[in-house]
Amino acid sequence: MKNIFAVAGVVIKELYRRKDFYVLFILTVLICLVMASVNVFNDKQIVRYLKELCLLLIWVSSLVIAITTTARQIPAEREQRTLLPLLAKPLSRNQLIFGKFLGCWLACGLVLICFYVFFGALAASRDHAWPLLNYFQAALLHWITLGVVIALTLFGSLVLSAPSSNATICFVGVAAVLCVGRYLNAVALAQGEPSRSIVYALYFAIPHLEIPFEMRNLIVHDWPLIGWNFVALDALYLLAYAAAFLIATCLVFRRKPVN
Amino acid sequence: MQTGVIKIENLVVEYPARSFGDKPNAAVKKLDLEVHTGEVFGFLGPNGAGKTTTMNVLLGFVEPTGGRASLFGIDVRQPIARQRIGYLPELTYYYKFLSAEELLRFYAKIFGLARSEADRRIDQLLKLVELESARKRPIKSYSKGMQQRVGLAQALINNPDLLILDEPTSGLDPLGRMKVREIIQRLKHEGKTVFFSSHELGEVETVCDRVAIIHQGELKAVGRVDEITGRHASLEKAFLSIIDFQTSTAS
Repeated sequence: MKNIFAVAGVVIKELYRRKDFYVLFILTVLICLVMASVNVFNDKQIVRYLKELCLLLIWVSSLVIAITTTARQIPAEREQRTLLPLLAKPLSRNQLIFGKFLGCWLACGLVLICFYVFFGALAASRDHAWPLLNYFQAALLHWITLGVVIALTLFGSLVLSAPSSNATICFVGVAAVLCVGRYLNAVALAQGEPSRSIVYALYFAIPHLEIPFEMRNLIVHDWPLIGWNFVALDALYLLAYAAAFLIATCLVFRRKPVN
Repeated sequence: MQTGVIKIENLVVEYPARSFGDKPNAAVKKLDLEVHTGEVFGFLGPNGAGKTTTMNVLLGFVEPTGGRASLFGIDVRQPIARQRIGYLPELTYYYKFLSAEELLRFYAKIFGLARSEADRRIDQLLKLVELESARKRPIKSYSKGMQQRVGLAQALINNPDLLILDEPTSGLDPLGRMKVREIIQRLKHEGKTVFFSSHELGEVETVCDRVAIIHQGELKAVGRVDEITGRHASLEKAFLSIIDFQTSTAS
């Protein structure tokens, strides 16, 4: 484990020394503050729009940070040949993959803490309420969803040649899952065979990330907490996908030439 | 009795053919080699001879097609085989956003060094490679020579019993080369084993106990420097003679 944590530590250092996070955080803060400073249509419920926009920006920013940070990890190590002195140490390839995953995931967790603290402060300034447990549930499932995205991107970084193409494909794929994944079963019903079976297979194969994504509505509309057993089940479901992607990544990396 | 630190038996490495129908490219052909404890061993050959491929097998970067290689009696495919070695690649690239101190601390963690031991070792190595004043600066601000010295320091972080150096003096100025030579000599006096490849034959002649010459993936000669030099005026002349002789025979 010490090797995995050592690799993860370097990934976290890299993230906070680069400008990506700061740029996205400042942009989100600026957009939300500008939105908070005006009351369009003099609507008393304007705070809901504000919260919805802020959460959407947090989701987009966190996905951008997770995908771009992960997509460059292994390709950059190979291109800059930093992999050579690293793998010449008593570090296995699997440990490297798990370290990279853990580093990206923990780094994204830190990013989410910053975003959700800002969101909480912004919402409290208008709502005068701190539904901390709701925020915790939303942030927790959000973070676990990012785990699936990071594992998927790490896998993509080994099978796709360029980090930019991997990042684009992952971003489009995740956006498609978030926006249309839940409707695939309805689409399947409207199809004839064999399309129906194919679309159904796709529906059951893809990781359904929409539950964490829709947790936004609970916060925006001040709905009550969802059951913790349901949160735990969804977390397990998502972690199973992350584990599957990580195992696939380890299997591919085992056969990859180092240089 | 001398024991084998590096043991290579019947090693074959073939890279896949570039196009369909071509034969696989044999980079190393049935190589047998043994390096003993406390030796400074020079691994020589022209470009493309198979030196780096052999080193890559020893470091677990390349899976051999046939034969076996071991370090301290442990198969090179086991990560634990690399616990007692230090490695300096030909071109040194390290995490540019880290400082030399952070980089060394990171590698010390991978070797499982305790915090106090790591601190002591980092101070000692930064002093050795004369980077104490730049220890907190990010590596991206270092000159090429300074980066090479960081490379040397990271190769020594675990106080290795075997040091594998791939062209350690390439790109270094004369002072840097002298420093590397000094460090190799010092390691030899400490009873460490050094295995290195180089094109600087004068340097090899100065520091090596034994050398091996590899050409087109095949071992052409191995022995003490004076044995290899033989009737020739220098190791360089002997090296050229061996390579030319083999080339003319092959043709």
